[in-house]
Amino acid sequence: MDRLIGMDRRQFLAGTAATALAVGGAGLLPRAARAAEPKQGGNFRIGTADYSSADSINPALSETRMSMNLQWQVRNNLIEVAPGGKLVPELAESWEGSSDAKTWTFKLRKGVEFHNGKSFTADDVVYSLNLHRKPDTKSNAKPFFAPVSDIKATGPHEVVVELSEGNVGFPSVLCHFAVVMVPDGETDFDKGIGTGGYILEEFQPGVRSLVKHNPNYWKAGRAHFDSVEILGIKDVSARTAALVSGEIDAYNFVDLKTISLLQRQKNVRIQRVPSKAHYVFCMLTDTAPYDDNNVRMAMKYAIDREEMLQKILNGYGTIGNDQPINGAYEFYDPSLKPRAYDPEKAKFYMKKAGLSNFKAQLHVSETPFAGATDASVLYREQAAKAGIDIEVIKEPEDGYWSNIWSKVPFCVTRWSGRINDDVMISSAYSDEALKTGWNESHLNNPELNKLIKAARVEFDDSKRGEMYHEMQRIISDEGGSVIPVFADLVDAVSPKVQHGELSSDWDLDGARASERWWFS
Amino acid sequence: MNGAAFRIIGSLLARRLALGLLTLFVVSLIIFFGVELLPGDLAQNLLGQSATPETVAALRRDLGLDQPAVLRYLWWLGDILQGDLGQSLANRRDIAEVIGDRLGNTLFLAGMAAVMAVPLALCLGMLAALYRNSLFDRIVNIATLTSISFPEFFIAYILILYLAVGQGWFPSLSRAAPDMPFWDHVYVCLLPAVTLTLVTTAHMMRMTRAAIINLLARPYIEMATLKGIRPRRIILWHALPNALAPIINVVVLNLAYLVVGVVLVEVVFVYPGLGQLLVDSVSKRDLPVVQAASLIFALTYILLNLLADVLSIVSNPQLLHPR
Repeated sequence: MDRLIGMDRRQFLAGTAATALAVGGAGLLPRAARAAEPKQGGNFRIGTADYSSADSINPALSETRMSMNLQWQVRNNLIEVAPGGKLVPELAESWEGSSDAKTWTFKLRKGVEFHNGKSFTADDVVYSLNLHRKPDTKSNAKPFFAPVSDIKATGPHEVVVELSEGNVGFPSVLCHFAVVMVPDGETDFDKGIGTGGYILEEFQPGVRSLVKHNPNYWKAGRAHFDSVEILGIKDVSARTAALVSGEIDAYNFVDLKTISLLQRQKNVRIQRVPSKAHYVFCMLTDTAPYDDNNVRMAMKYAIDREEMLQKILNGYGTIGNDQPINGAYEFYDPSLKPRAYDPEKAKFYMKKAGLSNFKAQLHVSETPFAGATDASVLYREQAAKAGIDIEVIKEPEDGYWSNIWSKVPFCVTRWSGRINDDVMISSAYSDEALKTGWNESHLNNPELNKLIKAARVEFDDSKRGEMYHEMQRIISDEGGSVIPVFADLVDAVSPKVQHGELSSDWDLDGARASERWWFS
Repeated sequence: MNGAAFRIIGSLLARRLALGLLTLFVVSLIIFFGVELLPGDLAQNLLGQSATPETVAALRRDLGLDQPAVLRYLWWLGDILQGDLGQSLANRRDIAEVIGDRLGNTLFLAGMAAVMAVPLALCLGMLAALYRNSLFDRIVNIATLTSISFPEFFIAYILILYLAVGQGWFPSLSRAAPDMPFWDHVYVCLLPAVTLTLVTTAHMMRMTRAAIINLLARPYIEMATLKGIRPRRIILWHALPNALAPIINVVVLNLAYLVVGVVLVEVVFVYPGLGQLLVDSVSKRDLPVVQAASLIFALTYILLNLLADVLSIVSNPQLLHPR
């Protein structure tokens, strides 16, 4: 007997209210809805810091914010993440999982057309999903599709996905920015054909993109601008000058060092959203001396989280407790308190490990996040009080992810966060992630691995919650990650920009600002 | 000019062009294997942190990056000899197309800066020589030396702060589009062109002044002065032609800089020129694009230097009519 699963109470409510949500994102959210009804019109210009001349709008190869934003201007997913992390129907009207969470049936929206006039059907879904499963695929969503054993169209508007192992959280995978819908058989992705609210006019990788409003857009009450332009602006001063002089309407990655000066500008509004993004000092749990949990505990007590938050993020963030789940996720355990800075405890654990006057080598570059070097130097000062001597080694930016990250015993990394508790924990801390190479601390905790699998087939929310709480405790107490802070997403926008509740998964309203925002 | 002069210039051109081709070949070798030495490759850079060993391997196979470097270099060389710049490995776009617009933008900005800077520098240099050691001379020297002493991005920020953000006269973003009307293009390029003018004028102006003053001590100038020719005429007609060779050299050097060395200005003004493309492509290890852009830059140097030599010969009767 099939039943509606994969949605908790909030998601279910969101599902039933989805049409209402889609009609007027602001209408349901009184606190954030300062503006009246969304208005149509205007040319919305985004300045983004994250882009490259190598960008393409091939769904499998989208990496930068510019390509993600562009992707969601011209294309849609089956399921969308609404603000607050709720899953709401997009091109799939509804979805159901079998009782073992292995068979997932998606009912597709009818009457949707691609930009080239072709009707959206189940074949397009099968083709689009298979892009990430092909044997030679380069998609960064490939690991999420590893458990998929079959995808088939069971009707013109129905698709069934079979998994080899049950996973209650599978629908979340379909919200991934790479998993957008393209027409069946599409190979020239740079034409930008999709079902999205805007039609691609021009795309110069590394320079700019321009899209025009799609008059035939199926989603009511969305895509309010006549046109949207994204400009690649690497230099933060240039982005700021462009916003202040009115040449762009919004930009991401605000420089936190000068944010107080920016706030004094009358024609600039700063928007901050607590996010899932966290900074990590990562120790390899299978490499001496970090294979001794006493050493890891010492390193966790030797960091002053509050000072990190104030000095590195200028207060624009929240304190972390050495595990990747925070309040932006469904099953966060608030009772798990962050460790206080305690040099004496750090000394105690180092002594227990038999290491006095411990010398650590911390490898860092600015690639994981701006200010990573400053954070490392600050950590060195804090740890020195616990008798730990951290030598900060500056690595080249080039090839940091391929040569340093997860290769050296102790390095700096960052995670943007993932779509749900399961994907976040399993992507970075599970035995599955050891295979994909994303398990940066090489943590291989049998209890944790077992819990991850068990939670995927547990339908009872409270039981699932307990499992995720236990996982958070394991990672915090036994993991190799020192996670001092979660960083807020900070955008700067022109005051004429209006919006509903902001999404917390990516900057610029979940990278969907073009679809959700409007001008007053 | 007579036949002998043409022969001299002709043989120089032939020799220098042949050497130029050799230089280009060596440059392409150095660039290719230099980029190979850098850590990481295109597949890893494209996929970033989300790369898995399998997807990296798949992308490498797809791009041909699993082949030995020497083989890839030879393939590239074979294509380039047939006039095919190839495709960008990163996004499969034709390099000729990718580079075309960017090169046009770069040349436009360089041309605009040159049109402003070269006459300005020459005039200031000659005036400074004419009124040497006067208050005017000192002011010009101090002003140009001050502007060259600041890094170009600093000058750019100052201009943006006062003229774009403060007064709103000019855009802070120099957004050049391919189909832009000429005067619009001039307008958006004005701030970067002024920045470049400020950083290049001093060099050319000082050289003009020095070269002319150097000649003013010569007997033939003294003779002209004794004849009663006015100083202005002496400098324009008697000193300048003999000072041309060093001036041409420094002007050409600065022109080359305007084409190949302006990446900081491009970044600050977000001007879609070739410099930014090169930096981007190096960081992504997109070798065919790096090669194409480097060759264009090398070619710029070679051709401009050749031009300088030809002009030096033409402006020097002793070289033009050897005995």
